[in-house]
Amino acid sequence: MAKSVAAASAAKGASAAKRRTAKAPATGLETAQLLKAYRDMLLIRRFEEKAGQLYGMGLIGGFCHLYIGQEAVVVGVQLALGEGDQVVTSYRDHGHMLALGMQPRGVMAELTGRSGGYSRGKGGSMHMFSSEKGFYGGHGIVGAQVSIGTGLGFANHYRGNDRVAVAYFGEGASNQGQVFESFNLAALMKLPVVYVIENNRYGMGTSVERASASRDLSKNGAAWGIPGQQVDGMDVGAVKAAADVAVAHCRAGKGPYLLEVKTYRYRGHSMSDPAKYRTREEVQKMRAEHDCIDGVRHLLEQAGIDEARVKQIDDEVKQIVQEAADFAQASPEPDPAELWTDVLVEG
Amino acid sequence: MAELTYRDAVARGIAQEMARDPDVVFLGEDIGKPGGVFKATVGLYEQFGPLRVRDTPISEQAILGAAMGAAMTGLKPIAEIMFSDFLAVCFDYIANEIPKTRYMSNGQLKCPLVVRTANGAGSRFGAQHSQSVENWAMMIPGLKVVAPSTPRDVIGLLAAAVRDPDPVIFFEHKSLYATKGEVEDGEIVDTLGTAKILRPGAHATILALALMVPRALAAAERLSAEFGIEAEVIDLRSLVPLDTRTILGSVSRTHRLFTVEENPRLCGWGAEIVSIVADEGFYDLDGPPVRITTPHIPLPAADVLEDMVLPTVERIVDRVRKSLEA
Repeated sequence: MAKSVAAASAAKGASAAKRRTAKAPATGLETAQLLKAYRDMLLIRRFEEKAGQLYGMGLIGGFCHLYIGQEAVVVGVQLALGEGDQVVTSYRDHGHMLALGMQPRGVMAELTGRSGGYSRGKGGSMHMFSSEKGFYGGHGIVGAQVSIGTGLGFANHYRGNDRVAVAYFGEGASNQGQVFESFNLAALMKLPVVYVIENNRYGMGTSVERASASRDLSKNGAAWGIPGQQVDGMDVGAVKAAADVAVAHCRAGKGPYLLEVKTYRYRGHSMSDPAKYRTREEVQKMRAEHDCIDGVRHLLEQAGIDEARVKQIDDEVKQIVQEAADFAQASPEPDPAELWTDVLVEG
Repeated sequence: MAELTYRDAVARGIAQEMARDPDVVFLGEDIGKPGGVFKATVGLYEQFGPLRVRDTPISEQAILGAAMGAAMTGLKPIAEIMFSDFLAVCFDYIANEIPKTRYMSNGQLKCPLVVRTANGAGSRFGAQHSQSVENWAMMIPGLKVVAPSTPRDVIGLLAAAVRDPDPVIFFEHKSLYATKGEVEDGEIVDTLGTAKILRPGAHATILALALMVPRALAAAERLSAEFGIEAEVIDLRSLVPLDTRTILGSVSRTHRLFTVEENPRLCGWGAEIVSIVADEGFYDLDGPPVRITTPHIPLPAADVLEDMVLPTVERIVDRVRKSLEA
């Protein structure tokens, strides 16, 4: 296992079964963690599928960037975080919020633009926050959240607490200028920030090979002495193990850490992207041979978890998502008075 | 009471707030050990130490991103952007990130930070280091915009900005750093969104900001001495919130409106104020409002050229006199 996605997909001859068997032993997750990972990843998957449906029905408008395929990244990192740690990410944020324990109904109602949404319809798919759960957005400008996450780490360092900030961004964002400014600042000041590059291989419609001269993005912080690792992002156990190392590094006051998590997005960049820049076969192959949820299901089987327990989780998740979808349609439209609130504290 | 320079008032204002509140942290380029490129922050590093007064690399996006992230967790950062022209380098944070947080998060998160920056011309620094860009900030919903003209106001408005729960862009004027003014002892805290009538007058209202305030005052004295015209001079001090009550009140008494703006003419702050007065005080006006501005050109470097384009005392006197006589 721990074979990188790119390497794995290049090994065209190997059978899926063989690869799965090879995956199992290295997970390192205890059964309880495995069950939680399965539940959280499935929740994100089913939630996003439902969001896609509601979008198709015209109940969700605007942008909607689905996380399907990438679930193991945020769920794996989350398993390594503790109370008080902070998370900030881009516009592909539904999965991060669900992994942090934010209410699915509140997220879905924000997608449908209703008053029950986390931002009462003023944020939308890309802009939700939870001060309670340590979620600092939900940012629409590619790469902006990297500097903001650095600021979260700056605050932790200033306060002298042992909290760690995680800034997620895509491999597309990794070419933005403020990313490198932030790397330098964080390394210089030894700020506790885990930078997670979710390399899903396409920045909108341009493949990473065509957009980045760097072939190993985990080395992108090397100029500033930021240690980095590449991780198989389709393997939640591998992600968790790498995140453990990164978080421990930050908590020990050694400064930032960079993870390049190699993952894959099954859907288009957004709902309006038919993804014609890649072949149907490429997507099918990833889904069939490297799906992160299939992988965990297989591990649960190996760990001797009976089918009924897994089915119970499936049913529970299905119910949560249905309830979120119902809530998101029943919740009232936002009050027009909301337009004028929270612009400034006082006019 | 003591006489203080505008530059020393900046340091005193920051020190006043840092001493009061341990959540106030100050970061920027050359602000600590070097004492600031305009020597406006001398002594702070020695007084508060390297953790609270942080020299940063030349990385404007990282500075504002760091300030924003820290502010979202409840700290109250003061971030310096050395020249206001450089706001363009980090404009994403000014335009898209900092001002939108409160709104997009349904009030869950705030950005109680201050961005201090040196604005304006007069130093022959040329087109990329001399601009008056307060209108860049004024046009963005979710920001407050302040520009003091005196040492006393620097301290009072800076304190108000630091204590304000919203993000404030604080424009200091480069050509005012060496000017002096009387400042009372003890803590000074002002109120944002309050203009000051510096000179009462019955014949014309002159609105000014920052460096244009002393020029408007000098022009008013000459208008009075040479032409018997009594102009009311108002220092706006704050563009957002804007003290429309004081502006409209003055126009209702003088019936004539003049703005003296350092910014290039198109979309300068005076255009917005003229529009407000047209909406809400049209029938108080006895003549068309007149905007006295820098022309819509990049700023030149040569002294004779730079002096030619900024509004001068002579130009203000001339425009006001001719308008009232017309």
